[in-house]
Amino acid sequence: MTGDAGRRFTGLRLRLAAAFTAVALLAALLASGISYVLLRRVMLQRAQDAVLSEVRDTLTRQIPPRLPPDTAALIRAQLEEVLGDAPGRKAAAVPVALDGRVNLPPPGSLDVPVTREFARRALRGVVFQRVIRNGTPYLLVGARASRYQTTLEEPWRTTPPMVFVSASLSREAADLRLFTRALLIADALALVSAVGFALLATRGVLRPVRGLAAAARALGEGDLETRVTVRGGDELADLARTFNRTAEALERTVTDLRAMEAASRRFVADVSHELRTPLTSMIAVTDVLAEQAADENGAAARLVAGETRRLGRLVEHLIEISRFDAGAAALVLDEVRVADAVAGTLEARGWRDDVAVHGPPDLFARLDPRRFDVVIANLVGNALRHGGPPVAVRFEAADRHGVAGVTVVVTDHGPGLPADLVDVVFDRFVKSDAARSRSDGSGLGLSIAKENAMLHGGTLTAANGADGGAVFTLWLPGRPFPEGEEAP
Amino acid sequence: MPDTGGVASILFVEDDPAARAALELALTRQGHGVTSRATGEDGLDALRARRPEIAILDVMLPGIDGIEVCRRIRREDPLPVILLTARGDDLDVVLGLEAGADDYVVKPVEPRVLDARIRAVLRRADHTRVDRSVYGDLVIDRASLKVTKAGADLRLTPTELRLLLELARRPGQALTRQHLLSEVWEHTYPGDSRLVDACVQRVRAKIEDEPAEPRLIETVRGFGYRFNAP
Repeated sequence: MTGDAGRRFTGLRLRLAAAFTAVALLAALLASGISYVLLRRVMLQRAQDAVLSEVRDTLTRQIPPRLPPDTAALIRAQLEEVLGDAPGRKAAAVPVALDGRVNLPPPGSLDVPVTREFARRALRGVVFQRVIRNGTPYLLVGARASRYQTTLEEPWRTTPPMVFVSASLSREAADLRLFTRALLIADALALVSAVGFALLATRGVLRPVRGLAAAARALGEGDLETRVTVRGGDELADLARTFNRTAEALERTVTDLRAMEAASRRFVADVSHELRTPLTSMIAVTDVLAEQAADENGAAARLVAGETRRLGRLVEHLIEISRFDAGAAALVLDEVRVADAVAGTLEARGWRDDVAVHGPPDLFARLDPRRFDVVIANLVGNALRHGGPPVAVRFEAADRHGVAGVTVVVTDHGPGLPADLVDVVFDRFVKSDAARSRSDGSGLGLSIAKENAMLHGGTLTAANGADGGAVFTLWLPGRPFPEGEEAP
Repeated sequence: MPDTGGVASILFVEDDPAARAALELALTRQGHGVTSRATGEDGLDALRARRPEIAILDVMLPGIDGIEVCRRIRREDPLPVILLTARGDDLDVVLGLEAGADDYVVKPVEPRVLDARIRAVLRRADHTRVDRSVYGDLVIDRASLKVTKAGADLRLTPTELRLLLELARRPGQALTRQHLLSEVWEHTYPGDSRLVDACVQRVRAKIEDEPAEPRLIETVRGFGYRFNAP
């Protein structure tokens, strides 16, 4: 259960939910971004238009086309009073210098300082500029009441002044901040609900997928009756239907195969019983005959006894190989001292004096002693029959691909394997032409040896040695204990 | 007393007439006295009437099979039993050993081999050392070849006795299964270690206080067995 819960928020579901959320979040952010930009522009424009039109109106209204002389100071005071009469706004009227210099409003009369460049541009008409000072945005407007200007020759005439107005935009900024916070809250809500919806939606999508995965796992573990429930008509339902059809087909096939396998095992068992019992009688009787009879009768009886034994071996080998084919061969593993096992094999067959054995006396291996005996007997017997003396058996510890094991190498000094035989020497009923005539082997010995090696998870390979003679190399995995542990 | 050179009286149960006749002939020629029967029921009757020294049972018999015959013999008698099976496959062998068989041979068997197995199973441990060993309430008397536990005579089969003697000969020393196979069963080639395991189970059932937690015969994991003198 914990594993399932752990898997709930990883992998496909997480990716789907993340993608879903990302799309939703992107859409929300885009929408709020666009509205923020639009709203900001509209608000600022409106505030700016209001200030500008008020400045223009005031200039038009307050300054008559003809000015009486020496009224410049009066007009300036009038303008400053009218234009500065709004919250957050300050106005300064500055006389236009007759010598072409630019006069600036006295510092502190406005909320933002006026640059000379701005004042110069204001000489030519209405100019404005947004300035941020101490974190508060301001609109700075500069204007000249009219183009009319007295000359130095007529200083008593009144020249309309320039006006500068600084209007605080802090109200608009506060509104924008409020709006931005509302947008952020809305986006956060959108994110939360997107995650929620995504998890809900993906659960709906992934539940059938999880069901399929569980079913496939059960099927893989051998529960062939596993089916999934098909709901709806979408692609997932199609997949579920396909899964069910596949499972059905698999179940049918496996059932058929099991029946066939059982039948073939029964057949092997029956055949082995039917053949072995008469062979037992024949061997027993021909032994008695061969011992009793003399002369030609004795020779005939010995011939029959020998052939009966050979037939017995052939049947044994056939049964053995069919057992491998049927997958009915089983390992009975035991810890074995390799030196003892090899010596036992040679001793039991009277080969002790014909074979040189080299290897560490204390090497142990975990293997099936009976099958090991079969393999060694086959290899040595083969070397003695077809190869030339001296025949040697060499064994040692050998690790392959990190697996501890033992190798046993059987070499002879005969002519070696014919070139056309090296690759097929383990195939069934393969005999060299020379061997065909004089061998009493079944032609299955090496195949059985190889099957036995493979049953252990090992290998058996054939090659020709550098100095002639065949070299058979057996490797079996499973060296039981490292040095130092529980020695006899 | 059957020994290396001696002959044995054998009960031989085999349903196939030709095989029965042929093996009876061969075993008789080896010097044994053979009583042969065709069914398990007849074999059990003959057992009571003839008191043979060893039984050789074919596994596949009509009616009660060889394994069941072996089980019934073992219920009341430490008579040595060799199973003769036409199927070397594992089920037969394992069932036979669990039923208490001392050894098994796979058909087609050569009379020499069967004879050697019979003699090996019947041969008792060496008589050279005449002494008595006491392990707690377990007493092994090598002179009379009797084993008693708390005074009660344990009826061990010859194979079980031999296994126990072989283990007890070297207390504290671990012996491999293959060593035991060659010493006790006289298998001259690498043999089936399940013979040893099954026999050890049977001996434990008789000599241990708690067969599930053996203390006298200890399993040496990945190696074999060891006899511990308490």
